[in-house]
Amino acid sequence: MAAYFLRRLAQAALILLGVSLITFVLLFVLPADPVRQIAGRSANAETVQNIREQLGLDQPFVVQYGRYLGALLQGDMGRSYLQKTAVADLILARLPATLLLMLGAILCELALGVAMGVVAAMFRGRAIDNGLMTLSFVTVSAPQFVVSLILLYVFAVKLGWFPIGGYGTFAHLVLPAITLGILGSGWYARMLRSSMIDVLRADFIRTARAKGLTQRRVVLRHALPNAILPIIAMIGIDIGVFMGGIVVVESVFGWPGIGQLAFQAIQRIDIPIIMGVTLVSAAAIVLGNLLADIVAPFIDPRIRLR
Amino acid sequence: MADTTGVDRTAPRGAFARLMQRKLALIGLVLIAVVVLGAVFAPLIAPFAPEEQLFDGLTLEGAPMPPGGAFLFGTDLLGRDLFTRILYGAQTSLIIGVVANGLSLLIGTVVGVTAGYFRGWIGGLLMRFTDLMMAFPALLLAICLAAIFEPSLWIVAMVIALVNWVQTARVIYTETTSLAERDFIAAERTLGASTWRILFHHILPHLVPTIIVWGTLGISTTVLLEATLSFLGVGVQPPTPSWGNIIFENQTYFQAAPWLVFLPGAAIILLALAFNLVGDALRDVLDPTQRGRD
Amino acid sequence: MKKWLTSTALVCTLALPVSAQDYTPDPNAKQGGTIIVTYKDDVATLDPAIGYDWQNWSMIKSLYDGLLDYVPGTTTLRPGLAESYEISGDGTVFTFKLRAGVKFHNGREMTAEDVKYSLDRVTNPATVSPGAGFFASIKGYDEVTAGTATSLEGVTVIDPLTVQITLSRPDATFLHVMALNFASVVPNEAVEAAGADFGKMPVGTGAFKLAEWTLGQRLVFERNADYWREGLPYLDSVVFEVGQEPVVALLRLQNGEVDVPGDGIPPAKFAEVMADPAQAARVVVGGQLHTGYITLNTTLPPFDKLEVRKAVNMAINKDRIVQIINGRAVPATQPLPPSMPGYTEGYAGYAYDVEGAMALLAEAGLADGFETELYVMNTDPNPRIAQAIQQDLAAIGVKATIQSLAQANVIEAGGAGTAPMVWSGGMAWIADFPDPSNFYGPILGCSGAAAGGWNWSKFCDAALDAKAAEADAMADPAKATDRLALWSDVYTGVMEQAPWVPVFNEERYTMKSERMGGEDALYVDPVSIPVNYDYVYVK
Repeated sequence: MAAYFLRRLAQAALILLGVSLITFVLLFVLPADPVRQIAGRSANAETVQNIREQLGLDQPFVVQYGRYLGALLQGDMGRSYLQKTAVADLILARLPATLLLMLGAILCELALGVAMGVVAAMFRGRAIDNGLMTLSFVTVSAPQFVVSLILLYVFAVKLGWFPIGGYGTFAHLVLPAITLGILGSGWYARMLRSSMIDVLRADFIRTARAKGLTQRRVVLRHALPNAILPIIAMIGIDIGVFMGGIVVVESVFGWPGIGQLAFQAIQRIDIPIIMGVTLVSAAAIVLGNLLADIVAPFIDPRIRLR
Repeated sequence: MADTTGVDRTAPRGAFARLMQRKLALIGLVLIAVVVLGAVFAPLIAPFAPEEQLFDGLTLEGAPMPPGGAFLFGTDLLGRDLFTRILYGAQTSLIIGVVANGLSLLIGTVVGVTAGYFRGWIGGLLMRFTDLMMAFPALLLAICLAAIFEPSLWIVAMVIALVNWVQTARVIYTETTSLAERDFIAAERTLGASTWRILFHHILPHLVPTIIVWGTLGISTTVLLEATLSFLGVGVQPPTPSWGNIIFENQTYFQAAPWLVFLPGAAIILLALAFNLVGDALRDVLDPTQRGRD
Repeated sequence: MKKWLTSTALVCTLALPVSAQDYTPDPNAKQGGTIIVTYKDDVATLDPAIGYDWQNWSMIKSLYDGLLDYVPGTTTLRPGLAESYEISGDGTVFTFKLRAGVKFHNGREMTAEDVKYSLDRVTNPATVSPGAGFFASIKGYDEVTAGTATSLEGVTVIDPLTVQITLSRPDATFLHVMALNFASVVPNEAVEAAGADFGKMPVGTGAFKLAEWTLGQRLVFERNADYWREGLPYLDSVVFEVGQEPVVALLRLQNGEVDVPGDGIPPAKFAEVMADPAQAARVVVGGQLHTGYITLNTTLPPFDKLEVRKAVNMAINKDRIVQIINGRAVPATQPLPPSMPGYTEGYAGYAYDVEGAMALLAEAGLADGFETELYVMNTDPNPRIAQAIQQDLAAIGVKATIQSLAQANVIEAGGAGTAPMVWSGGMAWIADFPDPSNFYGPILGCSGAAAGGWNWSKFCDAALDAKAAEADAMADPAKATDRLALWSDVYTGVMEQAPWVPVFNEERYTMKSERMGGEDALYVDPVSIPVNYDYVYVK
């Protein structure tokens, strides 16, 4: 176990190294000059040259990347070109908002997905099952920016139930969390439905039924806890999916997380921020996958049995 | 993805008939047919030219016209007919869906088969690279790539393919490894069949069902990613209409002119839904481990 | 080479006695209250040597002071930390007498040493100030830039309240330069203590001090009780909420949750607001020192032909573009905006004339038109405006492909000279200070035409450059009118060469909540953009 864990950690470190290298290369070949952004429109040639030298952007690629990596290994993600603030501070300041949004999204996709999956499994083959399964396809086919605009229009503008954007209270969280979570809820509904169907065929369920327990009790007390386990194992993988989604969701809802930070940084070639956010996201994805792999044997009975 | 022990090589033929028996798949096929016809015959159906900024398409204050009258779906913020633009936008979505997804299938299959059949250091290297790509936040990567290559329709397709091949590669890899271990492949090898012969005559044909399923489901992902990139302003270049960039151009008006956002939004959802429905049905039909579950 | 940074404007005001230049406070103004102001983009830094954004420009003005300042709501210079100043006969030696008893937010009194330190700091290459070039006329600037000196030779402390600045050449806009944010006076010890984070821990002499900053969310400014201007500021505190979409900000304003939307009224809400008399009454309109233009790269065929450039100028239907942005601009005829001194009244420019444009193209041997590319920044409404331009060009047979890219990519293509046409929206020129010279050098002069410069037309006319230099050198206040006339000649001369299509001058439409007081000009302050926080109050 320890050896497995160490090997996975070493792999993760290599992956992050690769991500940093590829991102750095991409930003290096980008046909845009970060110095021009920093210098602004009034700068003369000397100012531009000076800024380039101060930031080490006049150096060859290997030197620039080496310097970045060296600093990174010492825990220094550099300073934003435009905000002049340590990237670590900028990310840390925005990370809670993103994590909160992700937590909300996970709860939302579990709640929606489980509800849809359970109901569909209980009414297997009937109209309600078909309806829910079709709905689950709609949720996975709807792009987040469309969902967010629809939710905003209906629940914030027309009904006025939720604020139209911003950050701070629970009410602010609801719509962005639904937007981010609704995609996963479709997958979860389908997964849960099929794992429920498997579980409902199992012996212990037949026993429970034979004991004369009500259908509802059987489903909620006996079948669901077993059927939901494989889904829990998937949550780690969701982190990767969310990392893409936050760019859109945060920008539509004005949510002050790292997705907005990244998108603004890309528009203005603020390389340290882009590098920082990419690495943090990649680390989260790798960690999520690792967690999913580690957790799976513990909670999936089929894996445990082997 | 379930493993595919006992793949039936004749599956695709019988599959179509089985596919046609599924209601949801039929709905999906009909939707796809509608979009394809709309895209192909756009020049005949559309009442206006897609890029024509009509003089009477805007109010004096510069506001767009609501649906109705001369403009079935209303006009956009430049006074262009929205119905026309949505029709032509279908061309964009389909072209990108097919080209980008074809490319990503190609990359994914080549990587997956190579890594799965040859194993060794090549396979290890390719799969580590695939792991690495998995760790990238896909949308961020796509935005960066789009910024590097100055987007056009084809560049956007390429960017999407570069981001999207990873899933396919992993699935194909898993299947190829299990195929390569099977007895009949070993038998071929002992009979002295060349590597190429084994790959093209034995491995690839067995992968066809998987490729079809992933190809169909992948179009949905591709359509959504194109729309998202265009929505973020880094996708298909104006004035070429794309459902994503129609929403991008008009999104701030979603209260004053909701049709500008919701009609193209509905188009995206329907097309993605259609490919998902058909892809899912294909998976059920082509994948024997799934068969008989419903 | 940096002549363009210098010029004279409003020099006549110098002749006025100091007292006549000041502002008459609003008699109804009351002390107290907190207001909420929103912005979409995050505040990058509050370091006055670095901050150069829409959001932080006026924030920095409220946190710091320079030796000079502007009368609120106007473009008229007035004394700031300098109580008075003298200019030598040749216009190269400025002696500033500082106000006594002015305290920094940390409690220490401000002295002439701080002025010198601040100017040394902003020009020091290590500070990486985007505004360093503005100070190029100070003697010793080149040595500091080159790194051979750490202190400006031309800035000398005569006594604790007197500082003398010697220029290497006459420069009448120097007073404007000293009123720029970049020339704000900062305390040495606070800068040293904060290190690279001074922008997050600002200490100045301004009307407000920073009380709280939650990165990416909000900033709170609180009243500086020791502020040297009697009775100011009126507000107890200002809360800035960032990351707020303009549409959201306006809805919140309509709900009474926000007092001033820093980004103004978004186009999508404009019609609705103007249709409601109660809301329309709270709308404030103000001109801006802004011009939106299309650059035509004079070094790339076929834009190297004057006829072609003129034809493009005549092909653009500016009225329709103004209509597309809800009429919130006026069509432009020349590079300078109408409120800028030196603007040529009555100059007609190139009228919209499709036939004429086609005739000119035919004259240039391009009767069948040509293909080209139009670069544009990919934020609304710029791609839309680009499409309107594209359609206008198509009408004369010019097929322009749109390259809608991130700001950084457009600036790169423009600077490198690979972009045949650039629509300036989102990156357009807004004057740093109200002087015509500020619209020439970097964007139309030869110095800006070098690779990487902001002169995206790559337009370089030696005769016009010489004329501009001549105008720059006219430091004598008595010649101010002649100087403006000369600038007017320069810009009409530019238009004869047609390197630009000036499209429109944007007007700012903003709003305030019911309870906000203070004259309208404060909400569209041309210098303290967008709001002059020191003078507004709560009713």
